[in-house]
Amino acid sequence: MDMLEKLGILADAAKYDASCASSGTDKKHAPAGKGLGSTEGMGICHSYAPDGRCISLLKVLLTNACNFDCLYCVNRASSNVPRARFTVAEIVKLTLDFYRRNYIEGLFLSSGIIRNPDYTMEQVVAVAKSLRLDHGFHGYIHLKTIPEASEALITEAGLYADRLSINVELPTEKALSALAPEKSIPSIRRTMGRLRLKLDEAKSEKHLKHARRFAPAGQSTQMIIGADDSTDRSILDLSANLYGSYRLKRVYYSAFSPIPDSSLKLPPKAPPLMREHRLYQADWLLRFYGFEVSEIGGKGGMLDLDIDPKLAWALANRDRFPVDLNRAPREELLRVPGLGAKTVERLISARRHRTLRSDDLVQLRLPLAKLMPFVVLGDHKPSSLLDSERLSALLRPKPTQMQLPF
Amino acid sequence: MHRIALAGPTDFKGWRDAARRLARQGVEPADVVWTVVGESSDLFAAPGLETPAAPAPEGPAFAVPRAFLDLAETAILHSDPERFALLYTMLCRLMTNHDALEDSVDPLVVRLNGFAKSVRRDIHKMHAFVRFRAVETEAGECFIAWFEPEHRIVEAAAPFFARRFASMRWSILTPERSVHWDGEILRLSEGVDRSAAPGEDALEDLWRRYYASIFNPARLKVQAMMSEMPQKYWRNLPEASLIIPLIDQAERRSAEMVQSATTPANPRPQRARPTPAEVTEAPAMAGTIAALRAEAAGCRRCPLWAPATQTVFGEGPEDAEIVFVGEQPGDQEDLAGKPFVGPAGQVFDAALRDVGIDRGRVYVTNAVKHFKFVPRGKRRLHQKPNVSEIVACHVWVAQELQILRPRLVVALGLTAVRSLTGKTMTLASAREQKLQTEAGTALLATIHPSYLLRLPDEAMKAREHARFLEDLKRVAEMARAA
Ligand code: SF4
Repeated sequence: MDMLEKLGILADAAKYDASCASSGTDKKHAPAGKGLGSTEGMGICHSYAPDGRCISLLKVLLTNACNFDCLYCVNRASSNVPRARFTVAEIVKLTLDFYRRNYIEGLFLSSGIIRNPDYTMEQVVAVAKSLRLDHGFHGYIHLKTIPEASEALITEAGLYADRLSINVELPTEKALSALAPEKSIPSIRRTMGRLRLKLDEAKSEKHLKHARRFAPAGQSTQMIIGADDSTDRSILDLSANLYGSYRLKRVYYSAFSPIPDSSLKLPPKAPPLMREHRLYQADWLLRFYGFEVSEIGGKGGMLDLDIDPKLAWALANRDRFPVDLNRAPREELLRVPGLGAKTVERLISARRHRTLRSDDLVQLRLPLAKLMPFVVLGDHKPSSLLDSERLSALLRPKPTQMQLPF
Repeated sequence: MHRIALAGPTDFKGWRDAARRLARQGVEPADVVWTVVGESSDLFAAPGLETPAAPAPEGPAFAVPRAFLDLAETAILHSDPERFALLYTMLCRLMTNHDALEDSVDPLVVRLNGFAKSVRRDIHKMHAFVRFRAVETEAGECFIAWFEPEHRIVEAAAPFFARRFASMRWSILTPERSVHWDGEILRLSEGVDRSAAPGEDALEDLWRRYYASIFNPARLKVQAMMSEMPQKYWRNLPEASLIIPLIDQAERRSAEMVQSATTPANPRPQRARPTPAEVTEAPAMAGTIAALRAEAAGCRRCPLWAPATQTVFGEGPEDAEIVFVGEQPGDQEDLAGKPFVGPAGQVFDAALRDVGIDRGRVYVTNAVKHFKFVPRGKRRLHQKPNVSEIVACHVWVAQELQILRPRLVVALGLTAVRSLTGKTMTLASAREQKLQTEAGTALLATIHPSYLLRLPDEAMKAREHARFLEDLKRVAEMARAA
């Protein structure tokens, strides 16, 4: 099989993984004249696909052959997709060739499980090791770890990778045992726990001269949304647990997408992409805006698809408004719909110099329709709208005519 | 009127020197015309045409915030011809109001910040969308790219490429100026015409295959793509030729996926994996600690198992004469799967050493085997187990004791006392009493070592620590006496 065909198969198989980030790692680069690659702390998206997702890494599988039979996965043992496998040397060369042309920031390598978890993990580690040691590669490397692989291999992976990840895939044990009978939440959690201990240890030794590097961009995971009947609330509960327990850098949410050669146990259709979007918004509220999961659950545990979770929270908690933009503390400003964290900092800095007025919000190009009902300014008090039933209707998008599949 | 001719469109130093001098002379922004030598819009273009500033008295030196220099250095790269004048206006304002830049909704501040943002974005996009093409030259392989930036950013963007492509020889050509790296130094030269750049690279087919394959047709989001990768950049991207066809085919491809026949169940039997069986009832008596440990791994007798990482079971030799029973695993124990490895465990280890008990000779376990906590951002707040959890978990510690048959059991803290005796009492009274476990083994109660970590008052801490050691000395004696 030629390289073109192989790459087609093994990139196609990797496209369901939502993770693309290449940020959050330490800054490093090759010395002048030697080696290749740098990471600058902030990742760069080198291209975008028509699905709106950023392409910053060469995201491929080592092989799409797999012993496991996870129903939501296109690579499961029982699927009839064509199979391919890269050699370690092939991936290394491909990564370097793409990198030299500035197509990518680095590599995101994962793999189907072949022979046994240790064998597979060994191959994955061998790629990173060769890039780093044989080629002086200083670009970004993200490795997907196989939860059942031995501790020694996972430790080694951390030496060469910037980020490690283990996908939880499904939010509940029930779903996992129905759809991915060979995976187990306990073993995923144990691996995440072990990784956190190692990450903490590396961090506490960072100041030492010969401290060993261990996955400086931390660990992340992915959950598939909509392949089972879990609610948004249970998904966010798990996220909060994972952030708190294992200090994950990111939880990625990936709306289940129909796969070729799908199993009968799966829904034939994707959930609305908006659901995934709302989950990301809610996740931000948890991480950067001081919200608790219990505050953003939504009706029946589902987030509102029409409006963003912060606006939904504000409409449901009108007694907390209006907020005076000239006086309120930061925590309260962060809860105002339409104000992002950066804007909040700007307002706080500006109000030391002036009394904020409506025009100032216009200057900053803020979404006034969303904002004004909830805030007090030097020249503005919200109308009685805040207490009225109509507010919610006004802020929701106008219903469009129902579309029927034809 | 003062006419300042800068040496080039990005001449920050020239602008700074002139601006400093003019500002100290008190020259109004409206009285300065800023030009760039050789720019076509400059009707008087010729160096040295600057009207010498009238020998006005020079005002005192003044300082500006660091943030202004950063802003000016970036904003000056913007292509807007007004940039020099606006920056000078801002400078004059800073002389009377040192914090004027913090007023982030002021129109001038907004505009200058907008310039800087646009420049940074352009630099970022250049870092992202430059595409090198390999060419063979006499000196070996060389990588050449063509790029059309919006602002005058080539020089500012170049060091990134030098860091990243350290061992390569490369050139980036643009209409405005070009930059070259030979592995050692960066060199700038005149801008060139697009035709000077190579037209293709052998690897581009592979890259296009990758681009097409990584795109998921079931998730079309063209708007999101366009806002991050505006069409003006497409001309330089080899993958851009695929965008329209991929969009056009997306709907058909994803419909086909939905309709395509589903696969029958896997004919191959699945390998059974040794996941612990769920234990919700009281377990039958296991014969050994190992068997018990395996069984407890699947325990679901109370809700604590769900959010925790794992069951943290007891550890130590099976012929241990002393068994220590703590409260429940903490954050570190939960992650490591071992009891007493966190901060409290270290206090405990040190205390054992002080009284001459060998940790390797004792068995340590907890009354409750799962970590109970609430997540708070990036931390987990420890929560006390309640009575029903202590009762549910008692089966495990009871069986551990039954298998180990120690001479002495030590309860560290009240949770352990409650678990082992079934009774609720105060620690003061538990410490005084001659206690027994439900099975009749001698039981001694003392504090949990984590209590020492929580005491804020040093004097009290010292007192409690001494008392803890006293208790442990008694443990050592009782073990010897028996
Ligand atoms: S805390 Fe104890 S009883 Fe509750 S699930 Fe864990 S092991 Fe079982």
